[in-house]
Amino acid sequence: MPNGENSGILIYAQLTRENYIHTVFFELLDKSKELASKLGGVEINAVIFTTPNLINEFRESFQNMGLDKVYCFENDLFKNYSTEYYSKLIVNLVNYIKPEIFLIGATTQGRDLAPRISSALHTGLTADCTGLDINEKGLLAATRPTFGGELMATILCKTYPQMATVRPGVFRVNSVYDKKDTEFIFPQYSFEGLEDRVKILDFRNSVDSIINELDSAEIIVAGGMGLKNEQGFALLKDFAKSIGATVGATRAAVEAGLAPSSIQIGQTGKTVRPKLYIACGISGAIQHIVGMENSEHIIAINNDKNAPIFEIADTGIVGDFFEIIPKYLETKGE
Amino acid sequence: MKIALCVKQVPDTNDIKWTENNTLQREGVESILNPFDAYAAEFALDIKDKLKNTEITVFTMGPNQAQDMLRKLLALGCDNAVLISDRKFAGADTYATGKTIAQAIKTLLPDFDLIICGQFAVDGDTAQTGPCIASFLDIAQVTYVKELVNIDNKSIEVTRELDDGTERVKVTYPVLLCKLQDDFEPSRPLINGIKEALKKEIRICDLNCLGLEPENVGLKGSPTYVSKAFRNISNHNAQKYELSTEESVKLLDEKIKSVEVKNA
Repeated sequence: MPNGENSGILIYAQLTRENYIHTVFFELLDKSKELASKLGGVEINAVIFTTPNLINEFRESFQNMGLDKVYCFENDLFKNYSTEYYSKLIVNLVNYIKPEIFLIGATTQGRDLAPRISSALHTGLTADCTGLDINEKGLLAATRPTFGGELMATILCKTYPQMATVRPGVFRVNSVYDKKDTEFIFPQYSFEGLEDRVKILDFRNSVDSIINELDSAEIIVAGGMGLKNEQGFALLKDFAKSIGATVGATRAAVEAGLAPSSIQIGQTGKTVRPKLYIACGISGAIQHIVGMENSEHIIAINNDKNAPIFEIADTGIVGDFFEIIPKYLETKGE
Repeated sequence: MKIALCVKQVPDTNDIKWTENNTLQREGVESILNPFDAYAAEFALDIKDKLKNTEITVFTMGPNQAQDMLRKLLALGCDNAVLISDRKFAGADTYATGKTIAQAIKTLLPDFDLIICGQFAVDGDTAQTGPCIASFLDIAQVTYVKELVNIDNKSIEVTRELDDGTERVKVTYPVLLCKLQDDFEPSRPLINGIKEALKKEIRICDLNCLGLEPENVGLKGSPTYVSKAFRNISNHNAQKYELSTEESVKLLDEKIKSVEVKNA
């Protein structure tokens, strides 16, 4: 039962290194609106860390998203993420504002930060959820895959706040715009007793563009080891281009050097949910499936009729990619 | 240099079997060293190669059968092994597990410099226990560690592989590291040999040894609990077609067009 003391939802608003609000924040916000209404219209608040020169910009960005309050920690030191500073300042904030639910994106940063906070608050944290709901007792029911995606578990938390991390791409964003007077609050804080001994020496960007195209793609064509070699992936790219699709790959294909890791889809890569997913030469290991099974329609092309991918493909085409796709391109070229 | 290496024995997720009622079959499933922890061990042993007087103590929490895994790590060159084991520890979530392991390290290796964990365990895949241990010990943490760049008796420099790129960081001890996989298989010879490893004593540490209360460990001490577990079954209506190339092309074209039309 809700304890009566904790109320409202808090969301961690992660910024990218380029100071954009991370897409996962909007996904969590959208889901929070659904959860807040099931809880009888509780507040939805956000917490953000930024440098002083960007305050006004963010004040504007956070308007009309449907947030009640944005708690903003500002300091030149917050140019880079710091486990020590962020976790301890958030712990103090949470002890003060007492939310009942606290959501964090399951990015590498979020997964570094969240367990640090939950342990210090002596509360529970459910990692990498694929479903969030409010149960009949008003508690957060967090569902997540375990055992490599074979088993789903719905987890409840006995303590407050009930914390969960959710991967980017798991929830949809219906609309960001939502008129509301959002209050911007600068909590008092001090660095007393805080020391960050982790020094960042340098950073090498590995993502081609700031926003990964897979996040917003309506059609994705993905290749696996059945594409055999670079020629196979070149053909996949031609196919993608002809239908305006974005290219993805399995972990095996990435590890074989056929595709960059930024386009890897699956448990250790990206989670996607396009309108159409075309799996080419992908056998369908569970680790890949958990990253794409929420696609609206799945087509699989594979010459092994026993491949597990056919168990989850809406349209399974048993056949040779190297025959079907050139023929398809030829037909389209007419 | 004193290293605490934290490892976990996990069921082989490539060997999952289901009962008729769609529950996980636990019997007859092989237990293995969590693959990420094998890389953590490799990392610790690499440090031992580089820095003289490095002593590695392996900690694991689990049932008695985890001793076999500890013996193998001793044979690989780890120096001491601790099995944190008590029936009261069963059912612990990441919070209770982190608290118990942190307490074991505090009790048995209070002067540690480094704690090394695997980034994920393949069964739970939460990536939380490492940071939980660091939080309970109130020490720095560096997650998603890929490569060792430099190490001396005061600090360690490593690369981290993150969502958006590679970061190089330097940190002074004490610190907890969570290690990702390497691009190669761990392949160390059993330098101490199985025979030597069998002679070593594995320290068994129970609830009394840690001085924790029963309500602070295991299922009782866990803020989270599983209310429901079920098999992940797809909601896609699998239809399989074995057609000629021409017919396959036609089908593919129709399906792509139907999506395009819906979006138009």
